[in-house]
Amino acid sequence: MARWGLVIDLDRCTGCQACVVACKHENNLPFATPETTDAGRLMTWIQLVPVDLPGRPAASALPLMCQHCDRPPCVDVCPTSATYLNPEGIVAQVYPRCIGCRYCTNACPYAVKVFNWTEPVWPESMAGMRNPDVSVRPKGVVEKCTFCHHRLIAARERARAAGRDLAPEDYVPACAQICPAEAMVFGDLSDPHSDVAALAGGARAFRWMEELGTQPKVIYLREGE
Amino acid sequence: MSDPHEPIVNAILTVGPGFKRWVAALTAVVLWAIFAYTWQLYYGLGATHLGRPVYWGLYITNFVFFVGVSHAGTLISAILRIVQAEWRRPITRMAEVITVLVLMFGVGNVLLDLGRVDRAFNVVLHPHLSSPLVWDMASISVYLMASTIYLFIPLIPDIATMRDLTTGWRHRFYKRLALGWTGTPKEWHRLEKIIGVMAIVVIPIAVSVHTVVSWVFAMTIQPMWHSTIFGPYFVVGAIFSGIAAIITAMVVVRKVYGLERYLTEEAFNNLGLLLLLMTCLWFYFTFAEYLTTWYGHEPRELAVFNSKISGPFAPFFWMMFVCCFVVPFTILCNSRTRTIKGTLIASIFVNVGMWLERFTIVVPSLSNPRAKVMTFVYWPSWVEWSLMAGCFAAFALLYMGFTKLFPIISMWELEPAPEVHETAAASEPTLHPAGATS
Repeated sequence: MARWGLVIDLDRCTGCQACVVACKHENNLPFATPETTDAGRLMTWIQLVPVDLPGRPAASALPLMCQHCDRPPCVDVCPTSATYLNPEGIVAQVYPRCIGCRYCTNACPYAVKVFNWTEPVWPESMAGMRNPDVSVRPKGVVEKCTFCHHRLIAARERARAAGRDLAPEDYVPACAQICPAEAMVFGDLSDPHSDVAALAGGARAFRWMEELGTQPKVIYLREGE
Repeated sequence: MSDPHEPIVNAILTVGPGFKRWVAALTAVVLWAIFAYTWQLYYGLGATHLGRPVYWGLYITNFVFFVGVSHAGTLISAILRIVQAEWRRPITRMAEVITVLVLMFGVGNVLLDLGRVDRAFNVVLHPHLSSPLVWDMASISVYLMASTIYLFIPLIPDIATMRDLTTGWRHRFYKRLALGWTGTPKEWHRLEKIIGVMAIVVIPIAVSVHTVVSWVFAMTIQPMWHSTIFGPYFVVGAIFSGIAAIITAMVVVRKVYGLERYLTEEAFNNLGLLLLLMTCLWFYFTFAEYLTTWYGHEPRELAVFNSKISGPFAPFFWMMFVCCFVVPFTILCNSRTRTIKGTLIASIFVNVGMWLERFTIVVPSLSNPRAKVMTFVYWPSWVEWSLMAGCFAAFALLYMGFTKLFPIISMWELEPAPEVHETAAASEPTLHPAGATS
């Protein structure tokens, strides 16, 4: 069984936020205005967050999404098992099960889960631009990065139709695919020959807040000296 | 039959114009809150001013506050019953009613806070046992059941008295609820036994309830929530606000129904002393909690600490400190100010202060998350304030309704210490245990 993971090289990241835009488009995230953002209602699954890293003179911009922890604090506290760790290591959210208590959003130390405060809205000009592979979430439930799980399902179906095994290049989330600086590498951490496994074992690799015991599967590579 | 407790019975059977005016005003507030809730159901929780990362606000504050106040009745009445404090006799009933009613509003506030209240039953259908919210649901429902039984059982002899005093619909109503009580020595014996058992059983349940409420916060690893003393700290705060709620209710009931004969200075003085003890305990726990956080200097904990001591939440924090410690301690440690008026003032301050304490536990930790995502200063919306007002108004209405249906002071318990057991063979069934001994 695969353990999907993402490596982000902070030395290559330019902070262009193409990943943020790609994610919003791919996953049908509702439109935001400066007003909704100021009210704490920005819907985004990935976001650049300033983080003080040891040895750096200024805060680094960390592309932050769900860290897909192997010991996820959000899963522990969910009263209805609406959020759970699936066998391939993806922390998933079952929208029809979620009661909207927002306990998981509060238990997550990375604050990466978002809540649908209202019915999602898009401007008229964006009508018909939604991704048919991703459901639009109703108001009142929590949502989060899924590592573009719908792409995994589609890739697996394509591979099965072609009568072959899933190849590493078949399944890549939108953020990793779009990154113009090639700072994001996605793959199977349990495969010792994969690029992600090699990078995750390197000297520059670290997991953010790993001291909390969350065991994230998003691995960052420190900026060079 | 002539009734020795005419003022108590009169309070039930007469409805004055003042009562009607209050009912009208409170009903208006409740109707407004229903409108606000409909609004929230339509627009979603976007009708609140909650956002990321302050996902919980006024509703959860009220939940913790109401569950805390619910420790008024059952716990205090049970402890006083067990230690056989005679002065508790006229006050246990009105305390137990607070417990049952307020607990419903505690649960209600969690429901108000749900994004999908239509799916609330998922917690029963698909419970995830490692979630403290599931523990909470379990312990609160047990507590609600136990405290309802604990309220109802001692009511039975009084309901029977009312049955014999009334006619019409009231008679039929009381007859049904009296469960055929005739007052035989055997019945008295059984009643005393059940009350004795229930008084012991409800204590661990009550302690578990507020411990588990605190664990909703303490089980996460969020700064200033993840604290081992949260369980006992919340229980102490709960008893503290509970006693204050009893005193407030006592003063109102005493004044409105003219029950000065029953609710004596002595009871207020004793409850005032209990409140003083809890004031000191509250200070001790708060001091221990904040000193260890400050001394440890862990940056994330300190960020929350500073936001409370000198940051945006400082007005709430220091007002809480004045309300929960400075005012009640000053009033209650002096026997000259520990009067009915004095304990009332102290109690109102304690209730306000304990609400502020719940607020400064819930909101500042969420406003200072570990990850520096964009944050904002939370201030509740009109919908949230309206629902809070509605909860208090609905509580007052239900409490007033109770006083018009049942004796707010336990009449049979006012008789001198009953000795029914020895004279179980006494021939004539009577309504009062004292009568059974003669």
